Amino acid sequence: MTRKKRRLVLIGSGLGVAALALGLVLYGLSGGIRFFDSPTDIVEKHVAPGTRVRLGGMVKEGSVVHGSNLAVRFEVTDGANSIPVSYQGILPDLFREGQGVVTDGVVEPDGFKADAVLAKHDENYMPKAVANVLKRPPADGGTASTERTP
Amino acid sequence: MIAELGHYALVLAMFLGLIQATVPVYGARRNDPVLMGLAAPTAIGQFGFVVFAFLALVTCYVQSDFSVATVFENSHSAMPLVYKITSTWGNHEGSMLLWVLILAIFGALVAAFGSNLPIRLKANVLGVQSWIAVAFYLFILLTSNPFLRIADAPLEGRDLNPLLQDPGLAIHPPLLYLGYVGFSITFSFAIAALIDGHVDAAWARWVRPWALLAWTFLTLGIAMGSYWAYYTLGWGGWWFWDPVENASLMPWLAGTALLHSALVMEKRNALKVWTILLAILTFSLSLIGTFLVRSGVLTSVHAFATDPTRGIFILAILTLFIGGSLSLFAWRAPLLKQGGLFAPISREGALVLNNLFLVTTCGTVVFGTLYPLILEALTGLKISVGAPFFNWTFVPLFMLLMLAVPFGPLLAWKRGDLLGVAQRLFGAAAIAVVGIAVTFAVEGGGPVLVPFAVGLALYLMAGAATELVERTGLLKVPFGTALARARGLPRSAWGTAFAHIGLAVTLLGIIGETQWGAERIVEVKPGDTISIHRYDFHLDGMTTRQGPNYRELAARFTVHHGGDLIGVMEPSKRTFPSRGTDTNEAALMSRGFAQLYLSLGDVNAEGAVAIRLYYKPLVLLIWLGAVVMAFGGALSLSDRRLRVGAPRPARGRAAMQPAE
Repeated sequence: MTRKKRRLVLIGSGLGVAALALGLVLYGLSGGIRFFDSPTDIVEKHVAPGTRVRLGGMVKEGSVVHGSNLAVRFEVTDGANSIPVSYQGILPDLFREGQGVVTDGVVEPDGFKADAVLAKHDENYMPKAVANVLKRPPADGGTASTERTP
Repeated sequence: MIAELGHYALVLAMFLGLIQATVPVYGARRNDPVLMGLAAPTAIGQFGFVVFAFLALVTCYVQSDFSVATVFENSHSAMPLVYKITSTWGNHEGSMLLWVLILAIFGALVAAFGSNLPIRLKANVLGVQSWIAVAFYLFILLTSNPFLRIADAPLEGRDLNPLLQDPGLAIHPPLLYLGYVGFSITFSFAIAALIDGHVDAAWARWVRPWALLAWTFLTLGIAMGSYWAYYTLGWGGWWFWDPVENASLMPWLAGTALLHSALVMEKRNALKVWTILLAILTFSLSLIGTFLVRSGVLTSVHAFATDPTRGIFILAILTLFIGGSLSLFAWRAPLLKQGGLFAPISREGALVLNNLFLVTTCGTVVFGTLYPLILEALTGLKISVGAPFFNWTFVPLFMLLMLAVPFGPLLAWKRGDLLGVAQRLFGAAAIAVVGIAVTFAVEGGGPVLVPFAVGLALYLMAGAATELVERTGLLKVPFGTALARARGLPRSAWGTAFAHIGLAVTLLGIIGETQWGAERIVEVKPGDTISIHRYDFHLDGMTTRQGPNYRELAARFTVHHGGDLIGVMEPSKRTFPSRGTDTNEAALMSRGFAQLYLSLGDVNAEGAVAIRLYYKPLVLLIWLGAVVMAFGGALSLSDRRLRVGAPRPARGRAAMQPAE
């Protein structure tokens, strides 16, 4: 095999693997990303029911209602709008009324059905995404805690 | 007083670092052995001062000296001693001090054990190492000083984040940093080679042990972090594709590529420029990881920092080192004499393929991690790139790579015989086919990919074993002869086999955990029994207890398997009044490689407690595989040809060594 051919094989296989990776990345991007929306985004953008998004905001005070069989309903608010959220499962330890929350799920005609609830905060910290939603800078440097439920 | 001494020691370390960063490099240019000789003593002196500073901070924590701001913010007098010590690095400032401590350890190691290095190379390597050190000393002293005092010392500390009050904090960050920061040495070697404009196979031989050492620690560090998250977060996940985890995975992928390309460079004097580039990229990814975790650009449990000045400072360091080293590379790399090209079908060719896959896989992880940040900065659009993206990019690429892995060690250098290797892998392929068939039969339905993944894992294991079987002549020669030959095999051959088998073990664990597990989320009252996968859990009762700095609600379950009592599991929930937060202490019970996992949720009005119950088959293999990989790394490191500082063997003895 000549030097030129060897170099061609090298470059060819490099481009081949890169093309494969690029294809996979584009495919992954079409289905693997979620938009992060605030309640106002969902109301104003008229997000179609059935769309998967991440909804972030504060758990509205006094809105948490526990049902039977681990069902729970609460409202996520950004001050201007609030969206009712339904969830079935165990809430994270740090889930509290009046605290920041991020929920992962599907927009429904009458609210939001979450399949994962993430609470990210401690007593004086708010996640960046939630802080952005609320247009308020985060409080002083507390420690962030992440928790999820599947 | 001790805090001030620590602060002072850190300043002195920085000044020694400044000398080390300039004088030996200048000496190397002037070819002055006296100036070059300053590198080693300054590196060791620097190490001494940083150790002193670090121990001073540990002392402040142990003594619960709340007049020191970081101690006040992250410690509590009621904490057990071990957590007082570990909370030293359970916060931004302290963990940066640990970072420079490990940087200094590696510098001192090169100084102490690099006696076989050419003096010019050693001077330049230690010089470059100190550039990094000085940048981070400045960062600590200017933005993240752990020794700052508070004017009115509070009586009690604010306690460590309860999630971090765990033995995991004692092990995970030091291991991870030894890996992360360990790649600074290969970076320094690469820059030194570029400064010198000269690189050869000997360079690769000096670099490879350092890469191997860092890689071994990084592998263990990542695995430890994964296991910690698994048992501490209370819902049994072991990898989340969180940017913080990706931050450690990126240097691991690049570092793995570096290990393999350095092998080609050492053995065949080829891929020189590429290896240097990989060394630069690997440490650059470590720096990017540090930036992601330390700057507060992400918000998660690891992101202690929320002060933007720190973020900008680290970003500046990042830009300086990555931009600077890549510019130097662009300028100087053409000076390096290119190694020869080689036949595509050869061990070199296989290692290039390995590099192509590892680097593209790494590229997809970098993309998935940075894309949301860049998109938000440019357009304000907030997205999250989660597991589905990585499942579609990382997983297929890595599976393809694994398919190629057994070919590498079996192919000869220079010119390999692909058909011959395929024939030698026939046994491994047969084992894989049997595995696929059995899995299909047992599974019935389910995803089609699963049996093939099982087959892939078996093939990988058998393929790695094939190499050893062939080289020892097992099955062909008498067992005693094979054993003698096995003893004579270079440790690096064993290391390779173990590392590759470890990969397969991890794959098996991942398949078991994700595909064959069972999960139940229910509410139970005392006296209730729930079952999962032939295991019965009976809730005997719940108790409240007082710990040193928390209150605890524990539930006692007796566990039966097929009617036999096999033990008691006691998951609990802890409330830490000082921070007003709760943590989940899941109960785990190992059954072979499987685990039963039980964690508590809230207690409802009727006195029933919500629980999460998991049966996770093969889950322990995920981490065991990583330990096997690291063991392979350690074996390879102990190979006498690589032993750090080993005297050059006499010619006669060298000839006796097994042919490679």
